[in-house]
Amino acid sequence: MNTLELARLQFGITTVFHFIFVPMSIGMACWVAYCQTRWYRSKDEVWLRATRFWGKLMLLSIAIGVVTGIVQEFQFGMNWSQYSRYVGDIFGAPLAMEGLAAFFLESTFVGIWIFGWDKLSPRAHLATIWLTAFGTALSAYFILAANSWMQHPVGYVLNHATHRAELKSIWAVLTNSTVLLAFPHTVIGALVTGGMLVLGVSALGLLRNRQGKGPVDVYSRSMRAVLPLTLVAAIATGAFGHAQGMEMEKQQPMKMAAAEALYNTTKGASLSIFAVGPFEHFPKRLNTDIRIPHLLSILGTASWNGEVKGVNQLNREDQKKFGPGDYVPILGVTYWTFRLMAGAGVLLVLIPLIGLLLIRKGALERKRWFLRASVIGIFIPVLANLSGWIFTEMGRQPWVVYGLLKTSEANSPLVSSSSLIITLVGYTVIYGTLLVIGGKLAKRELAHGPEAPPSQTPEHGEGERTTRPDLILAY
Amino acid sequence: MPDPNFLQTLWFLLIGVLWVGYFILEGFDFGVGMLLRALSRDDTDKRMIIHTIGPVWDGNEVWLLTAGGATFAAFPGWYASLFSGFYLALFLILAALIIRGVSFEFWGKEDSPRWRATWEWTAVIGSFLAALLWGVGWANIVHGVPMNAQHNVTGTLFSLLHPYALLGGLVTLTLFLAHGAIFLALRTSGEMVDRARNVAVRAGGVAAALMAGFLLWTAIDQDTGGVKISALLIGVLAVVLAAAAPVLVSRGRDGLAFGLSAGAIAMLFACLFVELFPAALPSTTSHAFSLSLAGASSSHYTQTVMTVVAVIFVPIVLAYQGWTYWVFRHRLGRDDFEGPLTPIAVLSSYSGKNGHSTDGHRGESQGTREQPPGLPASDPPAAG
Repeated sequence: MNTLELARLQFGITTVFHFIFVPMSIGMACWVAYCQTRWYRSKDEVWLRATRFWGKLMLLSIAIGVVTGIVQEFQFGMNWSQYSRYVGDIFGAPLAMEGLAAFFLESTFVGIWIFGWDKLSPRAHLATIWLTAFGTALSAYFILAANSWMQHPVGYVLNHATHRAELKSIWAVLTNSTVLLAFPHTVIGALVTGGMLVLGVSALGLLRNRQGKGPVDVYSRSMRAVLPLTLVAAIATGAFGHAQGMEMEKQQPMKMAAAEALYNTTKGASLSIFAVGPFEHFPKRLNTDIRIPHLLSILGTASWNGEVKGVNQLNREDQKKFGPGDYVPILGVTYWTFRLMAGAGVLLVLIPLIGLLLIRKGALERKRWFLRASVIGIFIPVLANLSGWIFTEMGRQPWVVYGLLKTSEANSPLVSSSSLIITLVGYTVIYGTLLVIGGKLAKRELAHGPEAPPSQTPEHGEGERTTRPDLILAY
Repeated sequence: MPDPNFLQTLWFLLIGVLWVGYFILEGFDFGVGMLLRALSRDDTDKRMIIHTIGPVWDGNEVWLLTAGGATFAAFPGWYASLFSGFYLALFLILAALIIRGVSFEFWGKEDSPRWRATWEWTAVIGSFLAALLWGVGWANIVHGVPMNAQHNVTGTLFSLLHPYALLGGLVTLTLFLAHGAIFLALRTSGEMVDRARNVAVRAGGVAAALMAGFLLWTAIDQDTGGVKISALLIGVLAVVLAAAAPVLVSRGRDGLAFGLSAGAIAMLFACLFVELFPAALPSTTSHAFSLSLAGASSSHYTQTVMTVVAVIFVPIVLAYQGWTYWVFRHRLGRDDFEGPLTPIAVLSSYSGKNGHSTDGHRGESQGTREQPPGLPASDPPAAG
């Protein structure tokens, strides 16, 4: 592996790992804020116990998200110094804004939320969790604005004296059509991620407590509240995702063609459902390809016989425009990450829908197959998030900034491969350890479940319920 | 070297303020982290120590991230040369910050002595390493590093570890140690205060002496245009403040001493920033290769935009971070943390007859005796 590939691998590993926890933290912060609001309004102590139980899971996710986020702020300079010099005039601004406007907000108020239960009025304390949730979402906006500029550069001029892109309109960058779609898609998707976590953990709790021992009220209540919210969010995520796809068809046609493995420009294009080809960057033929007639044209252009451009034609167009080279991303990656994301999206609508039907039949807590499916459901949005992110980043290749700067021209020229290997191994070991320990703590917390209701007097043998080694909320 | 224009100077100043804010705030976090084991007799002490910074350390660290983001936005060339050039050193700092951050989160979540000891050591080592390396790093930035005409640093990790830089590292290490000890004296009560003061006096004295040597070396070391009088004056002030802080601690004036040690940190870095100006990163390979602020800067438009953003948000951030410190202003004492906080302690209290002490969730209400508002006082009721 050369230094460029090592740098890309490192960016991929650190960012993908960080991105496991980002949507989870956003979703869980909103959910905890929701629970606490329900408690604040109704004074029903079930919601208080729900707030504290889900709060612990939220904090685990935020803790790992925050510490791995530190690396994100610096690694553009560390591994991608040419990129930083070339686009820093534009890209740095949303990043700095994220720090000033959003990151301070979430980090400060989550600290007050954890430690401020008995120091603030219930109203002020409720405000701290909402500010935390708002901060996490605002962070996502600035980061996505920066990323959207890489997908679809707007509001800049090329300065030939300084050999870089310079900002002409910050407003154009912050209202880039790409971010206006990517933000709702990502953040509402984060709500789905949190919702499925709540659903799955509740299901797990109900499965374990089927003999009726222990407090199932928090699980049952949470599940019933989160199902409709998750369904609406999942549908909205899909809708915004579809809008993004249509926009991408115009902005990055190559990415969409690669997502569909559509080789040649076609009118009335069919949609490929399942395709495998030889294991190469740009396979010349596909071994298996199952297609639905006309569906791609309908989805991409909203017309029966709409023209969808193919990879081969787009590659030739790009060669004319940008000079000789290969402008095709790795087809197997774009094709399959896109399908994983979209397939997961379908499941994420179906599971809450079935859950709501079961509520109507009054059978939600008794259908063990549904509870089991919900537990597996925890991982489905994570899969969707990661494959979506990998798709949008790897689908942009060979560009780091679409049409402006190639990835191969962006990395730090003098960082040696030994340095890269040391840090790559270092991050992987640290992150891997965090994942193992975080998973272990989460598992233990799930085994213990929420606190017992105050009415449940710990009598003979019930004593250990209240004394179980609980994951404490503060330190 | 070209002179920076007004906005570039302003942003250099603002980034300087962010770094100073970061070092004042996380400086005491580092000191507290380093002292976690040394000043504790038992887990109650440790819990108390962690609680002094618990609500704030995360918010404090954001100052660093914002300094990084602001450097990216205002001086992308600086951001690129600095962080690619100090590659492994920065990695070590980031790794230290990561293990340190999670150690506070993980420490209380399990009860075995091995678990606790592991996360105590990661907190101590992480704090130690970061406190040392920040000084090494900034000494190198001011001193300059081997750098080519394209502003790419050609040195390695080991070329950063020369005596001048190591002295700089020892200055920040001892200064943050003293600063953290004073913070502990200020935020705790009982025996802990005396132990913390003891460390503060000794570490503060060493820090002042090392700082005097380091700043003198800095003044001589800067070969461009002779000695800067302004830097010299600020440096003298830094040493005076650093020397006065331990004296005040020994007289029990913790609050004032904390202000002075914060001032010493501010003046130390102000001195370094003045020495650096108008360069961003000097090259020791050739003067001609040095990176100037003007050369590393982003466009006038970007800096204008960022100025507007900073003018709006910096006061807001300062207001709510200040409010945090106000909310958590009360001194913490052992009696805030005693009682059956740990699961094992709770279990053993059950096996005994003391039904009164079954409050197994006290740890969740931040170690204080009060339950969070609304949590019924009957939770959990007495077993006996």
